Amino acid sequence: MDKANRQRELVREFSPTIEKYSILLKVWIGILIAIILVGFYAFYLQVTKGHEITGMRDNVVWGIYIINFIFFVGISYSGAFISGVLHYYKSPWKNAISRIIEIMTVLSLVIGPVFILLCIGRLDRLHYLFLYPRIQSPITWDIIAIMTDLIGCFIFLYLTFIPDMAVLRDSQDLNVPNWQKKVYKFLAFGYQDTPEQRKTIHKLVRSMSIMIIMLALMAYSVLAWIFSLTIQPGWNSTIFAPYFIIAGLYSGVGVIIILMFLIREIFNLKHYIRKIHFFASGIILLILSILFGYFTFTDYFAKWFSHKPDDINLLNTLFNNYFWEFIFANYIGVIVPVIILLYRKFRTPLGVTIAAVISVLGLWLNRYLIVVPTLETPFIPIQDTRPEFLYYTATWVEYALSFTGIAAFCLFFTLLIKFVPVIPIQGIIENEEEAELSITEPNNLQ
Amino acid sequence: MEEKNKSSRRKFLKLGLISGATALAGNTIINNLISDQDGSGVKIKVLTPDGQMVEVDAEHLNKYPEAHITPEESRKGIPNRKFVMVIDLARCNNARVCVEACQKAHNLDYHQEFMKIQLIQDHKQANPYWFPKPCFHCDEPSCVKVCPTGATFKRDDNIVLVDTTRCIGCKFCITSCPYSARIFNWGHREVYDRKDVKYSPETSVPGTEGTVLKCDFCPDMLRQGELPHCVRSCPMGVLYFGDILEDLVTNGEETVQFSKLINERGGYRYLERLGAEPNVYYLPPVEKQFPLEGGLDKEDEIIERYKNVPYIQELKKQGKI
Repeated sequence: MDKANRQRELVREFSPTIEKYSILLKVWIGILIAIILVGFYAFYLQVTKGHEITGMRDNVVWGIYIINFIFFVGISYSGAFISGVLHYYKSPWKNAISRIIEIMTVLSLVIGPVFILLCIGRLDRLHYLFLYPRIQSPITWDIIAIMTDLIGCFIFLYLTFIPDMAVLRDSQDLNVPNWQKKVYKFLAFGYQDTPEQRKTIHKLVRSMSIMIIMLALMAYSVLAWIFSLTIQPGWNSTIFAPYFIIAGLYSGVGVIIILMFLIREIFNLKHYIRKIHFFASGIILLILSILFGYFTFTDYFAKWFSHKPDDINLLNTLFNNYFWEFIFANYIGVIVPVIILLYRKFRTPLGVTIAAVISVLGLWLNRYLIVVPTLETPFIPIQDTRPEFLYYTATWVEYALSFTGIAAFCLFFTLLIKFVPVIPIQGIIENEEEAELSITEPNNLQ
Repeated sequence: MEEKNKSSRRKFLKLGLISGATALAGNTIINNLISDQDGSGVKIKVLTPDGQMVEVDAEHLNKYPEAHITPEESRKGIPNRKFVMVIDLARCNNARVCVEACQKAHNLDYHQEFMKIQLIQDHKQANPYWFPKPCFHCDEPSCVKVCPTGATFKRDDNIVLVDTTRCIGCKFCITSCPYSARIFNWGHREVYDRKDVKYSPETSVPGTEGTVLKCDFCPDMLRQGELPHCVRSCPMGVLYFGDILEDLVTNGEETVQFSKLINERGGYRYLERLGAEPNVYYLPPVEKQFPLEGGLDKEDEIIERYKNVPYIQELKKQGKI
């Protein structure tokens, strides 16, 4: 098959998603911007009026900002891990979903750390972290880890963009503004898809795959250590780093499945994102939910059985004040996805997506139950009369900023897939070439 | 006997703490004083920060302690001192005078407490007791370990301070302190705009929005040869303060040997098992001098704080409060 012809065909197939801004899309972007504007207003209030307008107080000094931070970085870690693995092994169906995962990885890693900034009392002194760094502090480790991870993921994302930038640059009939064409030309970096260039880029992508797996592993372990290196009951647990890794993978796979489902339905890409994708990722989610449930159980079981007074106080808080949250996060959030995914007949796109939604919500709540109840149950009991100092309740400001994070994720995602094809065109071509090769050379089938 | 104790106590304070104060006052101040020709003519030898002996006029000594200690100078600590506090739980009756004196000295609000008075009931059979809780100024301070900018630091004289000009407000120290000693400045207060005092980590005044604050053991008072505000104000003599190197502590009334006090009266450190190595010691609440109920003669808000203590619940059930 003629490569140039096939390229033109594919560009024509994907060009509507790049060229047109339908009314529905405009409304969607409008809604997202509206949410973000509310968030900006909330942020303005928080800066001018101080952190008093959040629900955080002296005992619960970390609230849903930190929970969102863990959550988003967890998704990013998971994305880095999975896309790293996909690129390292030449799996034939990886192409259809690799870009979705890569964009998710970078975006959540950009948005996650913003939540930490929201939690900091003196944003104006942020540069003190670099002026007076203390390498002994786990926060410094976390900054180093996340920044390295971010750079690594950006490079990785960009490398996977290059071939498609070249395709779009060479597409004469693509109806986009001039500046966008210039950007394509610039970002394509002189890529001409010569065999040598192709080989180089594959090599680069593959070595970056290993690197971002390691980076993400480190970044997320360090994040778990921020909690587990303190001596607080409920945090000071040796299994926290691996537990966070499993939990991160669990939520990340959940978000990937949700994104896959939405993109498949909205852009009608059933031809590319097939049932097999949901079937396979359903099995991955099943394994992860069992692992996650196992880790959660081990952690709480040891606390309950060994009966140390501080642990028991924590469990009392959990079961007295957070009973339903605990049930939802650690029972429903695990058992329901397991039941759905255990049966082959439920492993349809819709079935797997429902399981994914439950697991993602359950996991967010699980993070809440890790952060807040521990802070509400210190070693020396809280003796106070002000309800907001006894129990944490997030205020509208915190919720507004949380939804802003989600909205920003969706907005950036939408804009990015208006800029590059959501499924790598070059990848499709390469897969087809390989398929042709294996037909003409039967030996390759073995 | 008691008289003798008192006089020896005064000597300890004057000689001991003044030499420390001068040593920390900073070179500039000492130089100024040396060039200053007016004075009583009586010279006194003092140590400079770099360990040199300098002679200064005795009359100027009193000006020293009030000198402003910059955040940089406050990191060093008073030389040859290891401050320690002993709290006699048998004497505390929740008078809250220490709390109020501390709040006044540090420009704190009604609810901002460096010194907290908890009501602790160790187990169901135990009688509850009043438990004054300052910062423990640990030797293994979890708060200092985790600080990303070095805004909180441990000094050679055992004191852990917070430099609110350095603090970025990440609150990691608050989450890692096992004794809940730290509080946060959630919003702006008018007293933070005070222009008449220059900020020093040794006084913690004026406060800064968005930063962490806690009990500082009042190094500004120590430099003047005075006891911390809480110790000075306590009417029951609950709080003893002193120096582990001199093996002496005082509550302002009597001066006692620290090691003897701890060993004879079964002194202990709270939650020793956590390994934080606190510098605040407790004497157990045995043979209490006041009935617990005395401390309940307070406004409703104070009593309401202790509503979760089984003993208080029992009293409420009986209709006694």
